[in-house]
Amino acid sequence: MAAITYKRGREPHGKEHRVIFRNIDREGWDASIDTYLEDGGYEPLKKALKMERAVITEEVKKSGLRGRGGAGFPCGIKWGFIPPTNTKPVYLICNADESEPGTFKDRYILHQDPHQLVEGMAIACFAVGAKLAYIYIREEFPEAAKIVEKAIAEAHEKGFLGKNIQGSGFDLEIYVHRGAGAYICGEETGLIESLEGKRPYPRIKPPYFPAAMGLYLCPTIVNNVETLCHVKHIIEMGGEEYAKTGTKNNTGTRILCVSGDVQKPGYYEVEVGKVTMGEVINDLCGGLKPGRELKAVIPGGSSAKVLRADEIYTVGRGDDARQLTIWDIPMDFDTMAACGSMAGSGGVIVMDDSRSMSWVLNNLNHFYAHESCGQCTPCREGSLWMKKITDRVVAGKASPSDVDTLYGVAKNIDGRTICAFGEACSWPTESFVEKFRDELVGDTKPELEGALVNAETLTAAASL
Amino acid sequence: MLAVPQDLEAEIDERITHYPVSKRSAVLPVLHHLQHHFGYISEEAVEWTAAKLGLEPIKVLEVVTFYPGFRQEAPGKYHIRVCRTLSCAMAGSYELMESLCEKAGIERSGVTHHHPIAVSADGRYSIEFAECLASCGFGPVCMVNDDFHEAVTDADGLLKHYS
Repeated sequence: MAAITYKRGREPHGKEHRVIFRNIDREGWDASIDTYLEDGGYEPLKKALKMERAVITEEVKKSGLRGRGGAGFPCGIKWGFIPPTNTKPVYLICNADESEPGTFKDRYILHQDPHQLVEGMAIACFAVGAKLAYIYIREEFPEAAKIVEKAIAEAHEKGFLGKNIQGSGFDLEIYVHRGAGAYICGEETGLIESLEGKRPYPRIKPPYFPAAMGLYLCPTIVNNVETLCHVKHIIEMGGEEYAKTGTKNNTGTRILCVSGDVQKPGYYEVEVGKVTMGEVINDLCGGLKPGRELKAVIPGGSSAKVLRADEIYTVGRGDDARQLTIWDIPMDFDTMAACGSMAGSGGVIVMDDSRSMSWVLNNLNHFYAHESCGQCTPCREGSLWMKKITDRVVAGKASPSDVDTLYGVAKNIDGRTICAFGEACSWPTESFVEKFRDELVGDTKPELEGALVNAETLTAAASL
Repeated sequence: MLAVPQDLEAEIDERITHYPVSKRSAVLPVLHHLQHHFGYISEEAVEWTAAKLGLEPIKVLEVVTFYPGFRQEAPGKYHIRVCRTLSCAMAGSYELMESLCEKAGIERSGVTHHHPIAVSADGRYSIEFAECLASCGFGPVCMVNDDFHEAVTDADGLLKHYS
């Protein structure tokens, strides 16, 4: 096979390990099925169709693949949750609602390598016994929806989808379903409600675990785009071989999306846990902007707790305990969790000393207030309160005790909602207040203590 | 009653077949087709969708009012969505919004949560802030109708492209 070359200026960094993004920005590459077939595409699907279904799931379990959408849940185990006695139809949904602020990886797979996803989905569908699958693509990706629909049509034509795929007796239809601009549709049960044509109010778990009661109350597997692409490679190389990349319990590669105050923001596929935050910032991204110092990093999408540049993190237990600076943190699920944050969706937002943390937190609070679905009171009211309080902090109209109120509101959302949006919206506030309290308080004014400073409160008071 | 051209209705009917288990699942796709054609979702469009899918109109309306992707007011000929969220804001999306409004002659002061869109006096452009458009490394980003633009620094150039 000829060596792969990439478009000028788009070459992968030497520390990258391209698997999923192997064909992104590749010279001579396009999204057509002919190009994909020339590259050996759909051979893993043919291989899978000759395997026992349970063996495929077993390979995925052996690979150690963890979901790339945010929670990092083991993919093979998720598939295994379909009740063995099930007699209902099984559905598979690809979550392409990519909307966690800081995350921009699925976009490139959908635009440039859609067949990789279609093939991964077809293998996954065969493994879990799904004959009908949907790709839920966010509304803001209209071009991607067209490209993926074209890829599906091409795969149909070549006999990789439809009836009796490659003579295996397996039937599968995949359809694209477009969202309509709501972040909550990335939550799997919210996504399912949306796909049923309703408001995307997340369902309570239990009993509504999708693998048991998902779409149309039938067993449903919801996987992220990147996760499903990995399935193709796991079948191609075998689960054990796949598990040799990355690190123990954090296998394979993942795509880091870096934005904010670095010289070269962008997407970088690395072996999980093999590069540190320092390497990401200084090597992959060419360092901070001239004359600037690192202040904070949000390591896994906007919902991940912020890391302060001068913190010392203690990870591991007993003899394995070690201390890390922010620069030493390996980019994997477990270490990031041990540092009190999460690897999440792989969206790394870097902030230097030019940034006001009140302003940053306020921006995020606007996002969460806008995106709360409104189903649970703590989140619906709390996300708006947090936004209003940080609005006042930024405007210089808050008192120091407002910062405590802000923290209290966040603490009263976390753990009290149907879905994980409650944590997603309160963790930024909790972590920014815990780590940058002095700065936030510094933006308030002691003389405003006890004053009615909320514009709406003032209006209400005037009309009394 | 909404005047839906035959070819559009045929497209919609085909789309509905993608949901063999429940026609209600086709609410979002039907609304997308109608919005794409008419520019926004009118009361008639809600009723038409409900009749098409055998639903009470409220089941369609509650979807329209929930999702930011559906508009109940007519946008301009070119509808601009500027990403407002953190990485783009750090890259200057608020400044971009300001200069786009100034150059396109759009007054945004009347914008509220329920009426997020502002239209230029000549009806050529409309604008709104959108939450994260998922291209955070290359901000500020915006969409104009279905087109996507990264690292937008030249508001004038962008508007000229859509004049």
